[in-house]
Amino acid sequence: MEIFGIPLQAFLGQLMLGLVNGAFYAMLSLGLAVIFGLLGIVNFAHGALYMLGAFAAWIMLDKFGINYWYALVLAPLTVGALGVVIERLFLKHLYKIDPIYGLLLTLGLALIAEGIFRELYGVSGQNYNVPELLSGATNLGFMVLPNYRAWVVLVSLAVCVGTWYLIERTRLGAYLRAGTENAALVQAFGINVPLMVMLTYGAGAALAALAGVLAAPIIQVNPLMGSNLIIVVFAVVVIGGMGSIMGSILTGLSLGVIEGLTRVFYPEASSIVVFIIMVIVLMIRPAGLFGKEA
Amino acid sequence: MNPLTDSKQMTKAAKFLRITYIALLILALVAPMIGLYPVFVMKLLCFALFACAFNLLLGFTGLLSFGHAAFFGSAAYITGYLIKSHNFTPELGIVAGMIGSGLIGLVVGYVAIRRQGIYFAMITLALAQMVYFVCLQAPFTGGEDGLQGVPRGALFGLLSLQSDTAMYYLVVAVFVAGFLAVSRIVHSPFGQVLKMIRENEPRAISLGYQVDRYKLMAFVLSAALAGLAGSLKTLIMGFATLSDVHWTMSGEVILMTLLGGVGTFFGPVMGAGIVISLQDTLADKVGSWVNVIIGVIFVLCVLAFRKGVVGELQAWLERRRSVAAAPKA
Repeated sequence: MEIFGIPLQAFLGQLMLGLVNGAFYAMLSLGLAVIFGLLGIVNFAHGALYMLGAFAAWIMLDKFGINYWYALVLAPLTVGALGVVIERLFLKHLYKIDPIYGLLLTLGLALIAEGIFRELYGVSGQNYNVPELLSGATNLGFMVLPNYRAWVVLVSLAVCVGTWYLIERTRLGAYLRAGTENAALVQAFGINVPLMVMLTYGAGAALAALAGVLAAPIIQVNPLMGSNLIIVVFAVVVIGGMGSIMGSILTGLSLGVIEGLTRVFYPEASSIVVFIIMVIVLMIRPAGLFGKEA
Repeated sequence: MNPLTDSKQMTKAAKFLRITYIALLILALVAPMIGLYPVFVMKLLCFALFACAFNLLLGFTGLLSFGHAAFFGSAAYITGYLIKSHNFTPELGIVAGMIGSGLIGLVVGYVAIRRQGIYFAMITLALAQMVYFVCLQAPFTGGEDGLQGVPRGALFGLLSLQSDTAMYYLVVAVFVAGFLAVSRIVHSPFGQVLKMIRENEPRAISLGYQVDRYKLMAFVLSAALAGLAGSLKTLIMGFATLSDVHWTMSGEVILMTLLGGVGTFFGPVMGAGIVISLQDTLADKVGSWVNVIIGVIFVLCVLAFRKGVVGELQAWLERRRSVAAAPKA
């Protein structure tokens, strides 16, 4: 069976690959949106934190024999703690000035992290095996589905929806949203806003790291994996509009799928299709698909 | 404060500045004779021009473009390709590079000025990455290898640029012309409108200025000047590579400008000097740590001295001057 002259198996395979990429875009742009919402900082270090998550998982396995399932929890915790340190040391000095400085500072941090890992591990990339439980593939009749990829999509969807629920439907989320509107007022109600801000950055960093751990068995773990991804994620954010959590999730997933489909029909354009969509969206809706007019 | 002493002080400062510039120009002219390696100084001037072009946008219009490597790099490729494959003379190659980068600047600027601030930065970054992928895949750019062995040729078909000395004086001349052009643009009525947009955009709009047009014009000028720097770089080095269009190059030019002093005339030159010297002296000694050092400088600039070296110096001089002037007032 064929679709537009493409064998069904290849078509579905690319679709699945696109969905996996979309899951990563969604998780990363979600983290960016949460951090931007409360701290007003465009976290250029997000790609580096994603890379650190993957490396943390790889180092845990390689040096300490800690397996994937523990790393799935421990790596985000480690990187999240690092995020808390970063917020205390650097970011808290920048809240009252032009957000451009936040972007530049986090760019500096990203360069530092990448430089260190490049020096230590080179650029060739490290292999991380798929955990035994999830290796292999399931034959669905019309396609063979690699188990690990299905797992990645499921986990990231669960995490995305969970984050959305936490922010839009719980009391803690209400504090967070109120904090972005008027921090001083929220503080006057006796809520520790600086602590909330600190933990938010930590949580955002942990989210990026979790994406890194999930990615580790699929791609080669290497120091530049984050900087290549972050710019596409920025484009996703511009397309979606940074206002809404649900917007990040839907835009991320659908752009991944569109990218995958482009790879099937016109491979040369697959690396720039996201940017082309960005241009089109900006022409029609300058605030992004889910953004509010500022 | 007494306006008379104030204006006297101003002319004093202006005179001091002029003397400094003349001294620096003389230094640049004699640099090869006093033992400075010409190729190093040429490279430095090239990046200084790039940073000045970038500063026209960030420092005097208040727009942070995160995609200037696209203009620098695309001009580098256009010039290299035309000279190497179509036997263009160097000056025509440079002009073509500038026109090309100016046109790309027109498209990128047109799309990007629809959003402001952080979004503007992210859009320019994404579009520049698109240019990067085009350079990676287009048939004439040599892909991963880049364009190599671009001949310097002869200026106007007459003056051979083979020797580093001939090339050097061309670069100095182009740099001075570019530097003066930026200063001329900023001091023109057009430049004053740009400054107003930087200070208070809503007011500029309410005064009836078509702000988007001014911004776009500034963007195109800045892109073309960045292209001039890129074209020159190809001519000096004889190659154009993917690193010229990669986003890390956009980051570097931001760092140069920030480190030297955003919105000052000489700051970007100083910043380029510091960054290029650091890279040149450290690259073979410390390897990838050079990126770490650059990152640390970035962090320090943002946290501790946002005005940059020249900006802090100016602020310090002004403080001293106001202290000296205080008893008279």
